[in-house]
Amino acid sequence: MSLLDIFKRRSSAPVARERLQVLLAYERRNRSQPDLVSILREEIMAVIAKHVQIDQDYLQVSMDRGETMSTLEIDIQIPNKSARPLAMAG
Amino acid sequence: MGKVVVVTSGKGGVGKTTSTAALGAAVAKTGKKVALVDFDVGLRNLDLIMGAERRVVFDLVNVIQGSAKLSQALIRDKRVETLFLLPASQTRDKDALTEEGVGEVIDKLRSVFDYVFCDSPAGIERGAQLAMRFADEAVIVTNPEVSSVRDSDRIIGLLDARTLRAEQGEQIAKHVLVTRYDAARASRGEMLSIDDVLEILSTPLLGIIPESQDVLRASNLGSPVTLSEPLNAAAKAYLDAARRLEGEDLPVVVPFERKGFLDRLLGRRAA
Repeated sequence: MSLLDIFKRRSSAPVARERLQVLLAYERRNRSQPDLVSILREEIMAVIAKHVQIDQDYLQVSMDRGETMSTLEIDIQIPNKSARPLAMAG
Repeated sequence: MGKVVVVTSGKGGVGKTTSTAALGAAVAKTGKKVALVDFDVGLRNLDLIMGAERRVVFDLVNVIQGSAKLSQALIRDKRVETLFLLPASQTRDKDALTEEGVGEVIDKLRSVFDYVFCDSPAGIERGAQLAMRFADEAVIVTNPEVSSVRDSDRIIGLLDARTLRAEQGEQIAKHVLVTRYDAARASRGEMLSIDDVLEILSTPLLGIIPESQDVLRASNLGSPVTLSEPLNAAAKAYLDAARRLEGEDLPVVVPFERKGFLDRLLGRRAA
């Protein structure tokens, strides 16, 4: 580690401030509305349940928040008919 | 009618209980009647910090459930005669506190005391929400550190949404109390500065409590630092904060660490 690195390492506060500002701006925007991911999860579940019977655990909804764009990842596992009794039991 | 002040933070371990004891004792020393209410059901500690742990007979839950009178549960401080403590219970039943019951107790306290300080449990669950529910003012205890500031922001959101005052369309007065502030580290850019914290939380400042060994010593001895060592820097900061809470217009001085030779050489700005 060079001498310069030692001094560079010291100023972590500006990084903390910036991270907080970005994070809190996002969290404040979303505070008034209920959790988007759980709403989506419930509604997707309801749509699927109309046609196929699946267990809650077979539906994964996650949001990866990027700076300019976010990715919504939906992973639905539909058990084969023959496997259903097993899956339901598990 | 007394004023109800919740001392809250979201994050645990930032100094809620210590600050409740120090601020409450500071206000009581001026002759005001002060009640400190511990809302941390199951994990009470305000009795220990106040040095009253061996005098607890009845608690908040007993009063709410009607098995004790409020006057029986209140413990008078041995040092300041206008200072009282209402301890939390050690029960593990999370639903021991009801909103109605808490409301009745707070109403009674409000009619007798000038100030009622509610020491909130950590978190944002039921206990924390009940502690803030009937408050007129809030002291948000914050460490100059990312997770504490984030949790404080969350708590400020709750104060503006879930308190009775907020629901009735009234304002709840909010103040940030920065604790464990290390001027040397802030001036070296290792710790969020006061300006950073205030800018992010956009809430007025009640005071800055410097990191101090004496606060720990006061806890060890079971005496609020404002009573045991009133001349200590942390105690002075609490005493000033208490005066501001009472409405005095007292400027806040940011603890300043003189810049070292290297800092000068590198042109670092002090906080």
